[in-house]
Amino acid sequence: MSGVPFTSTAEPTLPPAPGFWNSPGLRRFRRHRLAVFGAATIVFLTLACIVGPWLLPYTDTFIDIRNRFAPPFSGPHVLGTDPLGRDILARLLMAGRISLAVGFSAMAIAMAIGIVVGMVAGFYEGALGAALMRFVDAMLCFPSIFLLLAISALISPSVPSIILLIAMTSWMEVARVVEAQIRSLKTREFAQAAVSFGASNRRIMIRELLPNAIAPIVVAATLNVAHAILAESYISFLGFGIQPPTPSWGNMLDSAQSYLTSAPWLAIIPGAAITLAVTSFNFIGDGLRDALDPRMDGQ
Amino acid sequence: MIAFLLRRLGQSLLLLLIVSVIGFAILHLAPGGPLSQFAAGGDMTQADLDRIAEQLGLNRPLPVQYVEWLWRMLTGDWGLSYRDQQPVLHIIASHLGATLELMLTSTLLAMVIGAWVGILGAIRRYSLFDSLATIGAMIALSIPTFWFGLVIIYVFSVGLGWLPAGNRYTMGDGSFLNQVHHLIGPCIVLALVSTAVWSRYMRSSMLEVVNQDYIRTARAKGVPERQILLRHALRNALLPMITITGLHVPTLLSGALVTETVFTWPGMGRLFLDSISYRDYPVVMGILMFTAVLVLLGSLLADLLYGVADPRISRSGR
Repeated sequence: MSGVPFTSTAEPTLPPAPGFWNSPGLRRFRRHRLAVFGAATIVFLTLACIVGPWLLPYTDTFIDIRNRFAPPFSGPHVLGTDPLGRDILARLLMAGRISLAVGFSAMAIAMAIGIVVGMVAGFYEGALGAALMRFVDAMLCFPSIFLLLAISALISPSVPSIILLIAMTSWMEVARVVEAQIRSLKTREFAQAAVSFGASNRRIMIRELLPNAIAPIVVAATLNVAHAILAESYISFLGFGIQPPTPSWGNMLDSAQSYLTSAPWLAIIPGAAITLAVTSFNFIGDGLRDALDPRMDGQ
Repeated sequence: MIAFLLRRLGQSLLLLLIVSVIGFAILHLAPGGPLSQFAAGGDMTQADLDRIAEQLGLNRPLPVQYVEWLWRMLTGDWGLSYRDQQPVLHIIASHLGATLELMLTSTLLAMVIGAWVGILGAIRRYSLFDSLATIGAMIALSIPTFWFGLVIIYVFSVGLGWLPAGNRYTMGDGSFLNQVHHLIGPCIVLALVSTAVWSRYMRSSMLEVVNQDYIRTARAKGVPERQILLRHALRNALLPMITITGLHVPTLLSGALVTETVFTWPGMGRLFLDSISYRDYPVVMGILMFTAVLVLLGSLLADLLYGVADPRISRSGR
């Protein structure tokens, strides 16, 4: 049972597809100046974190013992040094690799869990759907940081375990979004048509319903990256996340409070990086929401 | 109304039961489980560990342990802290006041500022103020709470010397003014996210109301614009905010934990963090369940109050 003959006969009558850069969705996204700013910032941050460490004269572990506590813009260390005399810019970029990687990976896993749970719950409804969604509701009853900390105390912290931890505590919103979408989509004509062709449930879910729910999923994914970066910074700041010597934006701030009087840049620089990254993802998510929602066109 | 109330109560109880299963599972299915605190000491033999497991009843099948644990939770016996052998419920109660004080004052602050920003944004839609408020709210939602706390301490405590850098009051000075002085910093920090949330919802709620027929009627009657906004529109625009406040409890609790840590505020969040460092499972478990109950109560209260405030809700039978 394949749907190929149907789509191939319909193809010639379709109007030529607009180019990628002129597609209505992208036009709306580009009109959203903050979203474009956010996207540019994320591209810049990601490139800087990937390429940057090779271009710097210092590695993130090099200890310049005579230049401890050097303030920013004062000497060879552009953003200054930390209490051990390590270059802050080098550490910031290496930490960015970890924090962004945690953000993207945790998002990917959370999306996978959320999409599967939401899809199954929305498609089957009934007892199974109700049970799954009540589980989602119950998980949402725990304030996120309390849940993160309670589980983090039980595991040995490493980058992969922190990624899993954040994913395990942030898939619920996605499941809700997907469930609502699938539940409403499955009553539509194209889904009914697929049923009448004798398509299997799995095929209907994955090939028919899911692609039509992609817009809110993409928005949720973007906001989820922002959430994951923030979550990592919270638990690392509190000492239960990524452990030194592996740097992350959160754990760079871990000891900063003790030096707030003498070396405020230790706190200000990594915090600004987190804020910039998270704000950018939130701006992109907002722009995508407007761009992918066709009802917003012309407003 | 009664049927609505009972149904909503029943749903909450069911949810609470699932919450308790999840909470129990998190602590007991994890590697090591509640015994890992004793095993981590290193000076205990397997026989010692077995004896402790026997004493605490940890060697029985999990479902039996769960039912017994649930029964004790329901009857008010939340166990003893590993750290100082105090009853868990007693410890939580002694830290609850500080957290509630922080949460309530910051919610009030957020309501007042957020409502004004939202209303002004809605009245002058797409104005410079509205755009700045939109961007500002987005940034406020993205700033890590602990970092904002550090910035406030750096500016107002280290730099200007206006505010104390932490604690609930100065040792030996328990006066009301002294306490208020200490409350300002953490209150502002915790209010940041809530203010952003409030201003966004207030704006959209206001925009929705302003387009209703009764507002047009009021305008046609010649009611002054100021009175239309403050008397007719605001009253109805504030209704949905009851729900927002109720649903905001988990975010507020998470924020409180971080704020309390930065400002060494002796509340429940800091207690939770300390208990995790000590692997004090009865207290961790107790606070985790307690916060979940608070969240459930928040959404239940919001629903009920909304049902009372807006009779259409209960009649339509959600």
